[in-house]
Amino acid sequence: MAKVKKISEFVVDRDLEKCIKCQACVRMCSNDVHIYDEEFDIVRNDNSKCVGCHFCESICPTEAIEIKRNTSDIKENYHWKKEYIVDIQKQAETGGVILTGMGCDKHYKNYFDHILLNASQVTNPSIDPLREPMELKTFIGRKPDRIEYEFKNGNLILKTKIPPQLELETPIMFSAMSFGSISLNAMKSLAKAAKDFGTYWNTGEGGLPEELYEYADRCIVQVASGRFGVNIDYLEKAGAIEIKIGQGAKPGIGGHLPGEKVTEQISKTRMIPEGTDALSPAPHHDIYSIEDLKQLIFALKEATSYKKPVGVKIAAVHNVAPIASGIVRAGVDYIVIDGVRGGTGAAPKIIRDNVGIPIEIAIAVVDQRLREEGIRNNASIIAAGGFRKSSDVIKAIALGADAVYIGTAALISLGCHLCQKCYTGKCNWGIATQDPYLTKRLNPEIGAKRVYNLLRAWSLEIKEMLGGMGINAIESLRGNREQLRGIDLNEIELKMLGIKHAGEAW
Amino acid sequence: MDDRICKIPSGCGVSGIISKNGNLFSGERIILSICNMVERGNGLGSGFAGYGIYPEFSDKWCFHIMYNSEKDIETCEDYLEANFEIIHSESIPTNKNHKLKNIPIMWRYFLKIKEEKINEEAKSTEEDFIVKTVMFINKKIESAFVISSGKNMGIFKGVGNPDEIADFFKIYDYKGYLWISHNRFPTNTVGWWGGAHPFGILNWAVVHNGEISSYGINRRYLENFGYYCTLFTDTEVITYLFDLLYRKHKIDFETIGNILASPFWFQIERIEDENCKNFLKSLRIIYGPGLINGPFGIIVANSEYMVGLNDRIKLRPLVAGEDEDFYYLSSEESAIRIISKDLKNVYEIEAGKPVIFKIKWQK
Repeated sequence: MAKVKKISEFVVDRDLEKCIKCQACVRMCSNDVHIYDEEFDIVRNDNSKCVGCHFCESICPTEAIEIKRNTSDIKENYHWKKEYIVDIQKQAETGGVILTGMGCDKHYKNYFDHILLNASQVTNPSIDPLREPMELKTFIGRKPDRIEYEFKNGNLILKTKIPPQLELETPIMFSAMSFGSISLNAMKSLAKAAKDFGTYWNTGEGGLPEELYEYADRCIVQVASGRFGVNIDYLEKAGAIEIKIGQGAKPGIGGHLPGEKVTEQISKTRMIPEGTDALSPAPHHDIYSIEDLKQLIFALKEATSYKKPVGVKIAAVHNVAPIASGIVRAGVDYIVIDGVRGGTGAAPKIIRDNVGIPIEIAIAVVDQRLREEGIRNNASIIAAGGFRKSSDVIKAIALGADAVYIGTAALISLGCHLCQKCYTGKCNWGIATQDPYLTKRLNPEIGAKRVYNLLRAWSLEIKEMLGGMGINAIESLRGNREQLRGIDLNEIELKMLGIKHAGEAW
Repeated sequence: MDDRICKIPSGCGVSGIISKNGNLFSGERIILSICNMVERGNGLGSGFAGYGIYPEFSDKWCFHIMYNSEKDIETCEDYLEANFEIIHSESIPTNKNHKLKNIPIMWRYFLKIKEEKINEEAKSTEEDFIVKTVMFINKKIESAFVISSGKNMGIFKGVGNPDEIADFFKIYDYKGYLWISHNRFPTNTVGWWGGAHPFGILNWAVVHNGEISSYGINRRYLENFGYYCTLFTDTEVITYLFDLLYRKHKIDFETIGNILASPFWFQIERIEDENCKNFLKSLRIIYGPGLINGPFGIIVANSEYMVGLNDRIKLRPLVAGEDEDFYYLSSEESAIRIISKDLKNVYEIEAGKPVIFKIKWQK
C-alpha cells in the first residue's frame, strides 16, 4: 500500500531574499528542520520535523524566517478532527501510546472565563494600591481554631503555638517540575526568582541538585512514588515537604524517565544508577489507603521534628472533596489540588485530555466541604493547573484557594512557546532538556529576572483588582465568593462553584 | 421578590451614650442625638438598643421577636415553651398613630431556661443555649426573627425615620443606662423591618455605618463556629464576630480591634518588642478570615461596655467625647453637642483602634 505521508503541522516560510545563509538556524534547531544544501548554496526545510517552537525565528539575524501553520489541510469534520486522524496514522505506524507535553488543551469549559469580578461603587470606596497599603502576604499551613493568651504582671503571655507556616509575599508559587523534566538552568531561574520575591519553588520528584542548595530554604521538596533523591538532607534543607500522590495531567498513572536521560548529574540527584530508567509507580506501594498516607505524613514530620509543613498533592478527580477531607483529617498542613489542565513534561495524551475535573470546580467543592466539616482551618489549599493570568489567580483565591501553583506560565516567561514536545528532550529554549548544547541557551540570571518580573506584574494586577473591590488584604478575598458572579453558566454549575449569576445582588 | 433575601448596602449615622456610673436616664436623649443627623438617613430604617430597661425581669432572658405573619407565632411559642419557662410575655407597646408601613407583629418574652436543657449538654453554657435557640428560630421558623436576646436589654427597630421609630416604640418611656441608635440610608428600598439596626445576640447590640467587602468570607468563617447569618445584612457578621471573639474565645476588646481591623504588616514588622510582634502576627494568621474589610464605623454595646471601632484606613467617621456623667460616640460631633452642653475630650477615633468605655457601677 502507499505510505501515508506524515502531515506536517507547521511550515517554515523562509524569505530567500533576506536569508544570508549564515546557517544559525541549521546549527541551533535541535529538531533538524533546517538543512544547508551546499550544492545549491541554499537553506532548505524539513517541515515535518518542525514543532513550532519559534526558536529559529527568534535568533534569525535577518528576520528571514516565519513559522506558519500548514494550510495544506486534510478534510476534517466536526466529529473527525485532524488531530484524531493524524494520531491514528501515527499509531498505525508505531502501535504505541501517543505522548504529549504540557496541560490538557481540549475544549472543556474554562470556568475562569465564565466568572466575573466585583468592584466598589458609591457605598464603599475603592482603594488605590499606589497610595494605600495592599497586602498579599499569605501563610500556608495549619491554623489553630483560636488564640489563647493571658496577661501576667502586665506581660503578655501567648499560650497558642502557631504550627509551621510557609510565609509568602504573594499567593503564587511555582509548581513541581523535576530535575530531569526540566534543565538545571530552568530550575535555577525559578529557584532564584522564588527566593528573591519571597515565595516558594518545588523540586518535583527528581530530588534536589546540589547546585541549588542555596535556594533550599525557599523550596518545597516532593516525596513521590519513586522516592527519588529522598534522604534526610533533602528533607531537612527544605521549607516544606510534599507527598505527591497524583498530578492533574496524568491522574492515576506513574512516570517514566528514560535511561538515556539519566545523566551523571541526574543519577546523583535522583540516587539511581546512571543510564537506568527512572520509574515512578502509579501508586505509592506503601500507600494503599488513607491510614497508610497518615503514616507517611507523620513519618516525615517525625523525621523533621515537626518543624516544617507537610502537604499532599492530588489530582482533581470526581471524589476530590471527600478525598481532600480525608487527607486533612490524616494530618496534613496543606493540600494541593491539580486540575485537569495541569501541565506535565510527558504524559499519554489520552490520559491528559480525558481524566480529571476542572480546578475551578475542585477548589469550590473542596473549600466548601472542609468548611462544612469545620476543618477548613486545619489545612491550606493550594490550587494548580492552568493558571494563565492574574485574574485566574484572584478568582481561584475568591473561590477558596489559599495560594496557587503556576508551572506553564513560569516556563513561558523563560521562553517556552508551548510546542508541547517537552517529552522529546529536545527543547530549543533550554528548558525541557538535559542536552548541554541546548541548556546553555537559558541564562539562569536572566531567566530568574524574567520569572521575577512575571510574579511582580501579576501581583501588581492582583492589587489593582483587590483595591477595586475595596479590599486591602488578600485574606478578605479568600473564599469570599460574594465578589464573584457567573456568566453563561447553568444552575448546577453555579451551585458547584457556590457563586451567584451576573445580575444577582447580595 | 422578598427583599429579605438580598443584602442591602447602606450608608448611615450612629450614636451611643453610656452613663459612667450606670445611672438610668430616659431614651429621650438618644432620640435627640440620632435625630440631629437627618442627612445620614433616608427614612428606610432606624433603631434603638437600651440597656437597663427591664429592671423587673433583670435576671431573665428577654427575647424581642418579630413575626412577619401570624402563621408562625404558635410554632415559635411552642418551641419556646419546650425549652423555657415563659415568665412573662406581652406585645411590645407601640403608638398606633403613625404612617409606617409593613409593620410586623412584635412580641417580647421573658424567659428562664429549663434546667434539664442545660444539663443535656455537659459543656454547654446558658449563653450557648440561647445562641442555638436564636439560630434555630431565625433559620427554621420562616417568618419569625429574634431581634434581641439579652438580659435587661432590648432592641427596637423598624423601617422609618428615627423620630418615627422612636415615637412608634415610645422609646422616651424607657429608662436605660446605655443607649445606642442608628439612622439608615440603604441604597435601595426595603420594606423589611428585620434589616434595620441595631443587630443583637445575647447582650450584644451593634450599630454600623458602612459596607463590608469581606462579608462573603466573614459569613462563611462564622458558619464554622455555628453562627448562621439569616438577616442578610453585613452588620450581622460583626455582631457574631464580637460574640465569638469576646465570649467564646475570651479575647479583650483591644485585641479584638487588632483582629477586626488588624494593623498592616508593615506596621507589625516595625514593632521592636518580639513578643508583641509575634502576638499580632499570630492574630492575623489565625483570624485572617475574621478581618473586616471595607469601610465601617461601629458602636458595639453589651451590658457594661460601649466600644467604638473604625476600619483600618478610617473610611467612616466616628467621634468620641465625654462630659461629667456620660461617654458619647457618634458619627457626628453635632449629634453629641446637642445633648451635652459641657462636652470635653472630643476626638475623631483612630483607624483600627477601639475606644472602650466601661461602666463603673455605683454601689
